[in-house]
Amino acid sequence: MNAVNSIGVARPRIEGQAKVTGRARYAADKPMRDLAFGSVVVSTVARGRIRDIDVAAVKGMPGVLGVIDYRNAPRLNPEAGHFFGPDGGLQLLQDDVIPFAGRAVALVVAETLEQAKAAADTLPVTYDQEPHDTGFTADHPNARPAAPLFDGPEDIGDLEAELAASAVVVDERYHTPEEHCSAMEPHSATAWWEGERLQAIDSNQGPFFIATVLATLFSLGFEQVRVRTEHVGGGFGSKGMCGPQLVLATMGATLFRRPVRVTLTRDQVFLMTAMRPATEQPIRLGADADGRLRAIQHEPAFELSPLAEYIEGCTEPTKTLYAAPAIRTRNTAVPLDILPPYSMRGPGAAPGSFALESAMDELAERLGLDPLELRLRNEPAVGPVSGLPFSSRNLVACLRTGAERFGWATRDHRPRTRREGHLLVGTGMAATSFSVGAFPSVASITAEVDGTFTVIIAATDLGTGARTALTAIAADALAIDTERVRLRISDSELGPAWSAGGSRGTTSWAWAITEAAAQLRDQPRDPSRRVTVTVDTTQLLNDLPSMERHAYSAVFTEVTVDPATGEVRVRRLLGMFAVGQVVNPLTARSQVIGGMIGGLSMALHEEGVRDQVSGRHVNADFAGYHIAAHADVPDIEADFVPDYEPGIPFGIKGAGEIGNVGTAAAIANAVWHATGKRQRRLPIRLDRVVE
Amino acid sequence: MKEFAYRRATEVRDALTLVAAGDGARYLGGGTNLVDLMKTGVEAPARLVDVRFLPLDGVREAADGGLVIGATTTNSDAAAHPEVRRRYPALSEAILAGASGQLRNMATVGGNLLQRTRCGYFADPSQACNKRVPGSGCAAIAGEHHNHAVLGWSRHCAATHASDMAVAMAAFDAVVHYETLDGPGELPLAEFYPPVGDTPDRETALPPGALITAIALPGSAVSPRSRYRKVRERASYAFATVSIAADLDVRTGSARIALGGVASRPWRARRAEAVLREGPLTADRFRAAADAELSAAEPLPGNGYKVTLARNLIVAVLTELADRAPA
Repeated sequence: MNAVNSIGVARPRIEGQAKVTGRARYAADKPMRDLAFGSVVVSTVARGRIRDIDVAAVKGMPGVLGVIDYRNAPRLNPEAGHFFGPDGGLQLLQDDVIPFAGRAVALVVAETLEQAKAAADTLPVTYDQEPHDTGFTADHPNARPAAPLFDGPEDIGDLEAELAASAVVVDERYHTPEEHCSAMEPHSATAWWEGERLQAIDSNQGPFFIATVLATLFSLGFEQVRVRTEHVGGGFGSKGMCGPQLVLATMGATLFRRPVRVTLTRDQVFLMTAMRPATEQPIRLGADADGRLRAIQHEPAFELSPLAEYIEGCTEPTKTLYAAPAIRTRNTAVPLDILPPYSMRGPGAAPGSFALESAMDELAERLGLDPLELRLRNEPAVGPVSGLPFSSRNLVACLRTGAERFGWATRDHRPRTRREGHLLVGTGMAATSFSVGAFPSVASITAEVDGTFTVIIAATDLGTGARTALTAIAADALAIDTERVRLRISDSELGPAWSAGGSRGTTSWAWAITEAAAQLRDQPRDPSRRVTVTVDTTQLLNDLPSMERHAYSAVFTEVTVDPATGEVRVRRLLGMFAVGQVVNPLTARSQVIGGMIGGLSMALHEEGVRDQVSGRHVNADFAGYHIAAHADVPDIEADFVPDYEPGIPFGIKGAGEIGNVGTAAAIANAVWHATGKRQRRLPIRLDRVVE
Repeated sequence: MKEFAYRRATEVRDALTLVAAGDGARYLGGGTNLVDLMKTGVEAPARLVDVRFLPLDGVREAADGGLVIGATTTNSDAAAHPEVRRRYPALSEAILAGASGQLRNMATVGGNLLQRTRCGYFADPSQACNKRVPGSGCAAIAGEHHNHAVLGWSRHCAATHASDMAVAMAAFDAVVHYETLDGPGELPLAEFYPPVGDTPDRETALPPGALITAIALPGSAVSPRSRYRKVRERASYAFATVSIAADLDVRTGSARIALGGVASRPWRARRAEAVLREGPLTADRFRAAADAELSAAEPLPGNGYKVTLARNLIVAVLTELADRAPA
């Protein structure tokens, strides 16, 4: 094993100074000659057909080069897709059909951004509107089993018999709304042709993967496509796929034979890029009087678009968090005329854990048991559904350490017992897990003659500190100081690599870098010659024994509630995390705190509001779609318990998403503790609390 | 964004003439609302006449013991002014409850009175909105109206007024002073915002082309114990769900109460004030006052909670003011 010198050391981001001084470049910042700008026109109806697009009305406007719509757009390959198969969401400007409000119907290309926007705002588009259906409910007539791409249905034990034998049963239903990734940096792409080769600079979470999708979509060989990223201002899942900005910029570059930049406006980010689907989640829990679970039934429904298959895997934590002789899970999909949903911040687990951990709190209440103790009594020895051993399971350490730091032991578990003036005060907690692992990646390391090492991998840094983390990992893998590491990332040409997503970016990239370093160190070396080693981890990953591999967390919170106004404010938030070896305690802490704030937003603020009359999103901006403001973010603390993932280099687990998961349930449980009223529907708005 | 001409006025008369001359000319204050709406196409003036450099800045003493706040005084300066804070604390609190520090540094007091509603349908030119395009309909009443009015709305429009500052000014019986080419005029705040009726696009009673020059706070309204409380979905940087500016004289039962977030204009709660004048200020009377005011409420299917919230808020703030009063 390698010695750990740089890993585990708190270091500020390598690019920190560039970012705070404005020198760091994002996707829309690269100066280019002969650059044209595309402005997107989106549909204002939720379903129907385009009757007419009056291109002549804008052709003569200043600077306008032309308009692309379904009549002249390059034909796209309908087989192109993402992880879940062909994705109709990619098929922009291919026909006159409007499948949802906010679908791109045209791209206006002009010499300047302002000219493109002015013409796009003017372009007359008329529709033959058809009745739409955007009303999500679990018992919708079109509801069908979700595709078992992952988080498939499970049914162990005799559920009904165990429920019948239970001393206490919780049977409740939980709801979460549409939520939007809404990263600070809007989606932007610039595309141009160099001879027969398509070049793009795009804001995304994985240039290699996105280049493969783009190549398929435009029926190009992979070697004909190069996608690069610059600094990325957040993705949260919405930049995990080939985005509309890249598809449309490529069309513009293809038709006008010059570089075209497409940057989505803020409302278009809401209307066109991935959102988390609304969910409705019935849960039944059965337990003995001493709190031992007999039965867990979790059968969520989520909405999707007929354009693209997707799974909001809400039951992933349900299958692994607690032991029970009977566990049944099943996901239901409800196709509607909506933007195709996709992975967002702790996909599945975030809404799923809200339901599961709220139900656990309700169970503790009905048992008259400490909610913390209820979790401890149901700690499984092996995977409750899979029967597989756990690789490393430190949930109990998170629970105990968190409880001690928070001062949980003195809690009076009865609701509505603490008042401070006109405020009710409550505390709550939740536990959770998020699956971890790695995907195949390729890394190259070159030993340079000047004593430095060039480390190459098609990773991307969403702002989380990936550059800094990978530099530390490479340094320890090579047994050198970080000053001797030169890292190159953010380019599809650097070889296959997993994206910054699924809490698997750092682990996947670290694995390839570590293996390349090991092979390089094993080689006889002549310091006067450059030596390069390239490693593909596909086989190594195949050899990894199948186990239950998860990160864990326990979240504790204190809230105040003004029952006269319904105002809920979070006063304290504490998260304890088991995320394997922490590569950089400074940036890892930032990341999980950011996740917890995302969870706070999910609990109290975030909601994509849809007008059912028009089927349209009516709060598609930051004035209407609230995320936590500074004043909403309380005394917040996050720390890590000792943890190490066996079988993975340096014992790393992903920390990207677990911060988000669990917080919403902890806050909902605290609101119950304060008020005595359960909150089974997110967000916990004023009108749901006011008395 | 439509192209527009820009002129900076240096004298009030210049500004009036420039706006009177061109159709589609508008005054530009801090631009914190107007420019946003121009970017989205909701507003498309052909010309902006910048009035920020007119000599209308600052807070001065009025002969009646009140204050006169110049129209181009920034929200930040008005809120921070020692005499505003001492005599009209609810006004200072209201201004500070709005927007962000950066916006308050730009926004002017005159412009604040004229800000437009934050109804999502108003903000989206592709939606039906009688306020934006008279006669086009109101998509909010049948659609999403969680944040809309419960008092004084009409079937033509249920949008709320967005200003916090104007709510406090309504409670303090402020008077808006303006200039026109025909001479000066004034409007009490109670008359400044007409009822919605069938003209939701007509948001003020100002004559065409009028320029607000100052807002006078009467000496009779000086209230060192007045209070502004704003309820909103997050702790800062959000418009009021319901807000209240209130002042209570516990000896006489004389109260001035205005509500925000419930109507197309700051809602002066005169029914509640009348109930408070009738008798001893007990908890029951506070509840009766709140009930009297909200008895006129007509919530939409999706915003009935605002009635509960407004009632609770009136009672809570009156109770607080009574508790704080010197014995």
